[in-house]
Amino acid sequence: MTAVAALLMRDIRLAVRLGGGAPIGVLFFLVVVTLIPFALGPDLALLRRIGPAILWLGALLASLLALDRLFAADHEDGSLDLILMSRLPLEVTVAVKALAHWLTTGVPLVVAAPVLALFLDLKPRAMGAVALTLLVGTPALTCIGAMGAALAVTLRRGGLILAVLVLPLTIPVLIFGVAAANAAVGGPMPFGPPFMILCALSLISFVIGPFAAAAALRHGME
Amino acid sequence: MWLTASGLGCVRSGRDVFTGVDFSLAAGEALLVLGRNGAGKSSLLRMIAGLVRIAAGELVLKGGAVELTLPEQAHYVGHQDAIKPALTVRENLAFWAQFLGGEAAADADASLDAALDVLALGGLATLPAGYLSAGQRRRLSLARLVAVRRPIWLLDEPTSALDVATQERLAGLMRDHLGAGGIILAATHGPIGLSGTQELRLAGAASPAGPAGPGPAGPGEAA
Repeated sequence: MTAVAALLMRDIRLAVRLGGGAPIGVLFFLVVVTLIPFALGPDLALLRRIGPAILWLGALLASLLALDRLFAADHEDGSLDLILMSRLPLEVTVAVKALAHWLTTGVPLVVAAPVLALFLDLKPRAMGAVALTLLVGTPALTCIGAMGAALAVTLRRGGLILAVLVLPLTIPVLIFGVAAANAAVGGPMPFGPPFMILCALSLISFVIGPFAAAAALRHGME
Repeated sequence: MWLTASGLGCVRSGRDVFTGVDFSLAAGEALLVLGRNGAGKSSLLRMIAGLVRIAAGELVLKGGAVELTLPEQAHYVGHQDAIKPALTVRENLAFWAQFLGGEAAADADASLDAALDVLALGGLATLPAGYLSAGQRRRLSLARLVAVRRPIWLLDEPTSALDVATQERLAGLMRDHLGAGGIILAATHGPIGLSGTQELRLAGAASPAGPAGPGPAGPGEAA
């Protein structure tokens, strides 16, 4: 367990230190959410209606931002070689790195979402709904992204390919995340079913993601 | 402990890098891997580290820890230093000591300081590793060898970028390791300060006549 704790602490440290990905994600989220009202104009009723969707899109793009460095940084400086030689199973290593990424990127987005929701004139109930669905849904984004990051690890300019690979796979998460958030505000649908499906998507991707990413890493190192 | 290779062959992107490599090392023995650039020295070390697929032949370790694979008992110091510039020197080494050492890291603090001192990095422990020179980075990655005990050392040109004093220190470390029953494989172009070592000269499968030649040369000895 020492190895797991050491890896988790190292990745969190790297993310929050200067040049790490954690603050960039939240800043990007802020910029995206701020830009959209400028594009749409000052129609508060419209913003209130599409606010949850804007927040979800912003969070999706922001959580992708630091993902391309998840394995590429370790590949470039040779750390990945040593990680592959460790006694820790590679699947566990991937899961720990994904957890560190979620703690440093996903959780700040969840915390920031209610604040940014003010820009979109969301009511407290809608703010809570968006934050809750993001809390449940962002682990799925991280785990799906980890698969893409592992596939793109040996490629130069892997970040762009990562976005192309990963964004289509996140569509179900986006659909059910926004559906659940809208349902909580008083849409035609009940809140329960889309929220449960969102939970299920997170759990499935947490089960599949580490194994798929580990397989991709092993294959990619050849 | 006994590390034996028979008929090892390496193929990278469809091209034979080397074929038919044999060696046999007992505990306390070192092997210098020699050869011109591109002969496959690094590939051989990476193959033993489990990072390159074994295309032909076999690699057997006898008498090691039964429950561990060969890569899990080996240290690999390659051309890349596996150092994070944003972490301090000590944090870098502490991470690898805990990650590679696993449960044995209980008395980590003392052994970390000892490892840093052996490679004359003690005074730099709190400096972010991004400020280190090439030789200091190399010393930091060599400090892993001291901080975590693993019986097999795979060193890819370990003396590059090191000053003369550190080269002697490294030679002393390697002699201690061999004395304690370890095994060392080092890819090198020059002497690394060890005596009584075995030598393996990789000719490379590419024929000296020209780069177009190697196709039919290799497959004959695939065992």
